[in-house]
Amino acid sequence: MSAAWLPVLPVVAPLLAAPLWLVVRRPQVAWWGSMAVGAVAFAAAAALLVTVLRNGPVDYAFGGWPPPIGIAYRIDLLGAFVLVLVSGVSWVVSWAGGRGVEREVDEPRRALFFSAYLLCLAGLSGMVLTGDLFNLFVFLEISSLSTYVLVAAGRDRRALPASFRYLIMGTVGATFVLIGIGLLYAGTGTLNMADLAARLPEAFDRRAVHTGIVFLIVGIAIKAALFPLHHWLPDAYARAPGVVSAFLAATATKVAIYVFIRVVFFVFGAQATLEALAVQHTLTALAAAAVVFGSWAALRQDDTKRLLAYSSVAQIGYIVLGLMLADVAGLQAGLTHLFNHALMKGALFLALVAVVYHGGGQRLSDLAGLGARMPLTAAVIVIGGLSLIGVPLTAGFVGKWLLVEAAAAKGAWWLIAVVVVGSVFALGYVGRMLEALYFRAPAAQGGAGIAEAPLGLLVPALVLAAANLYFGIDTRLSAGLAGRVAAALGGAG
Amino acid sequence: MSASFDPAWLWLAPAVPLAGALLTPLAARRPALRDAWALVSALGLFVCVAWLAGAWWRAGAPVLRSEGPEWWAGVVLAVHVEPLSMLFASVASLLWVVTTVYSIGYMRANREAHQGRYYFCFALALAATMLVAFAANLVTLFVAYELLTLATYPLVAHKGDERARQGARTYLAILLASSMGLFLPAIVWTHVLAGGTEFVSGGLLAGRLSPAVAAALLSMFVLGVGKAAVMPVHRWLPAAMVAPTPVSALLHAVAVVKAGVFTLCKIVFYIFGPAELAALGAQEAALLLAGFTVVAASLVALRQVEFKRLLAYSTVSQLGYVVMAALLLAPLSRLGAVLHIAAHAFGKITLFFAAGAVYTALHKTRVDELAGVGRRMPWTMAAFTVGALSMIGLPPTAGFVSKWFILAGAMDWQSVFVGTVLVLSTALNAGYFLPIVCRAFFREGDGRGFEEAPWPMVAAITATAALTVGVFAAAGPLIDLARMSVEVSP
Repeated sequence: MSAAWLPVLPVVAPLLAAPLWLVVRRPQVAWWGSMAVGAVAFAAAAALLVTVLRNGPVDYAFGGWPPPIGIAYRIDLLGAFVLVLVSGVSWVVSWAGGRGVEREVDEPRRALFFSAYLLCLAGLSGMVLTGDLFNLFVFLEISSLSTYVLVAAGRDRRALPASFRYLIMGTVGATFVLIGIGLLYAGTGTLNMADLAARLPEAFDRRAVHTGIVFLIVGIAIKAALFPLHHWLPDAYARAPGVVSAFLAATATKVAIYVFIRVVFFVFGAQATLEALAVQHTLTALAAAAVVFGSWAALRQDDTKRLLAYSSVAQIGYIVLGLMLADVAGLQAGLTHLFNHALMKGALFLALVAVVYHGGGQRLSDLAGLGARMPLTAAVIVIGGLSLIGVPLTAGFVGKWLLVEAAAAKGAWWLIAVVVVGSVFALGYVGRMLEALYFRAPAAQGGAGIAEAPLGLLVPALVLAAANLYFGIDTRLSAGLAGRVAAALGGAG
Repeated sequence: MSASFDPAWLWLAPAVPLAGALLTPLAARRPALRDAWALVSALGLFVCVAWLAGAWWRAGAPVLRSEGPEWWAGVVLAVHVEPLSMLFASVASLLWVVTTVYSIGYMRANREAHQGRYYFCFALALAATMLVAFAANLVTLFVAYELLTLATYPLVAHKGDERARQGARTYLAILLASSMGLFLPAIVWTHVLAGGTEFVSGGLLAGRLSPAVAAALLSMFVLGVGKAAVMPVHRWLPAAMVAPTPVSALLHAVAVVKAGVFTLCKIVFYIFGPAELAALGAQEAALLLAGFTVVAASLVALRQVEFKRLLAYSTVSQLGYVVMAALLLAPLSRLGAVLHIAAHAFGKITLFFAAGAVYTALHKTRVDELAGVGRRMPWTMAAFTVGALSMIGLPPTAGFVSKWFILAGAMDWQSVFVGTVLVLSTALNAGYFLPIVCRAFFREGDGRGFEEAPWPMVAAITATAALTVGVFAAAGPLIDLARMSVEVSP
């Protein structure tokens, strides 16, 4: 009877394995074990997706307690889609963990590092799977707390203030979420999402419910780093060990956006929330600002990881822009870009791990001449960068096309202008990286030992880069599934 | 009795140079093998296109398409063949062979570094060009168009010094910004309006446009297709002149820029439909802009002293002819536009080859240093003269043929504007090309004796000059092909 516990496997496996590394304490064991657990989680997620595609949503009641009394999991196509993405990318990123921690994490902390990694994965998977609002908060805290540890795990002392800042912001966000959940509970008397969705329409006009919804959305926006609540992100990504940046950029913000979709479109009801509470206009404006500001800020960075981090702020803007069009085409565009962006940023941050492996720095000038010395790593940066710009035959193009098409169909011309401006800025900041890689002579002193990174780092980076090309050509899994999810969500009309 | 033609074979045209590109790194460390492979790739593509053209012609030159896999809902990658695409593909593949011979001479004589990367990108650019030529819809064309920009960027930045980097930056920034900013939105708009982006005889958008929408969309296309270098989106072309001369010759006189005007022709012929545009009168603004480009670029060229920059501005002006002639919409001028794509290619590549030969043999890059060069490099400068005559539009060169039809179209539709532009720019062309020829042949220079460039370069120059004259002498088949392309989209 494998199918029965399939829905909880992506959460339970990493959750149970994480404490083991505290006992074993051998980094190699922890690394191999984490990869094995990641593989199990990914396989379970893939199996879940197949099941959902065949038989429709899967339900699981913890301890046999039926909802709304017990905690229920309900996995529909949206959940399965995001879960496959999150578990898949985090698994590939974990391959790079072994080599990645060698340079960036001190020996005694390495086993702990993998514990935190698995805990974070468990938290993120739980957020995707759960059908219970309070359970969602618990998983949010599990993933957040382990993230603070991960960010601070490296040798770079500057990571400590970055992590602390993230902790403050993250805690504020989590508290907002909790207040929101509390108010909703007070207003409706239930925490189960399906139940809440059923009861909400009659309670919707209460001020407490409104307040709860707004608290929840703002809290999620902090976790998703939506402009102007993004301040924790650039520092955290720039100072964290490279593997952590790749992991977080590809998964954490994506899951936050997933939660947003879940509560707004499934629980609150898109029409009511977006229009009655003016969420649509507010978030569209903020997302547009995120695209322009994030891209512009990325253009001015000298540190490659900060550059990518600001680019993430902009990409989150694109995703939210798509979602806030609130029709099927817009949702499809947003979800497609969510999927593709995880691949781009995963590949790019892993490439930067490879760059610093042999003692290279993470400033733009440190990329100089690496095109010849690290041809494969440089190729990953090229592919990831082109995908960020949205060049055809890369994954990025698909999302951008769908977004522009959705906007054009709605007659939202200014939105196309925003996308264009963002793309032009992206061209600028990616161009700076490519130029440094290929057409700048390396600094005269030092850098003699710089050669191609070990396979342990190259393979995961190349796999993600290849995924960028693959999903630029075969879009059935990305845009195709996103389209089905969007059709199921239906939009707000 | 007519043989059939399977359009699926068209995929072979981009596939051959792609294979050539992908195998280049294997030979990168052995110069002889690498050069031989470059030549084999070019010949392979030429044979492939010649075979396709022959089979297609024998089958009665039909318009046929072959669909690739669906990319995502409603968006398909597809190729098709029609007279205009066959003409563009033939010209580009033929000139690639000549350019490869020239490249081998040039790159070796100038001891250029990174030759593996050079030939790799070159072949990749040709693969993209072939896909541009045979693209059956705007999406496929856009994919190839962007690929062409990216493949040529490393070629422009080839030297790697600050000047080359700066030029390449301008090149990439303008081309990608215009295509992402205007071309792509215009394509998506077309997709939303028509539910697809296929090239359709008579115009995909025919009957779906109001004059205002048509004018806006056409302007987005004309400015968004930056490769057509309509002012003010032309700055990338002079910037690209930092590239090695064979790159300027094939890519920035033939493949890249022709991909731009070719794209605009396709859009006018098959997306809007000439009859529809004429009825709407939506082309006026774009036509004025193209005419302005022709004259303004010539005026700028008049003031250039750097040889390649002068040629670049001349190209901007000549591209303006094609755009202007296509937008005039008269059948005869559209015929001239199609012909000019080919005619300008032969003439301009000759001029660039000559500039590169002078640089290689004498290390001269300015036109005011050319006194007496005609005596030291008689083959090169004779070929240059042929190319210059073609630019001005004098017989016995290809430029005369195309200009004839453009002018005929202008008279046919009584367009005083186009006629005036043509006369003015002919005078200007003569004004900046003839002094160079005179200086080279009739002035005393500093050096003496015969100092031609390496023989592969001289052979290539002679070949393209011969082609320029040959097109004039045997213009029949070319005119037939061009006429068909006008008939396919009335």
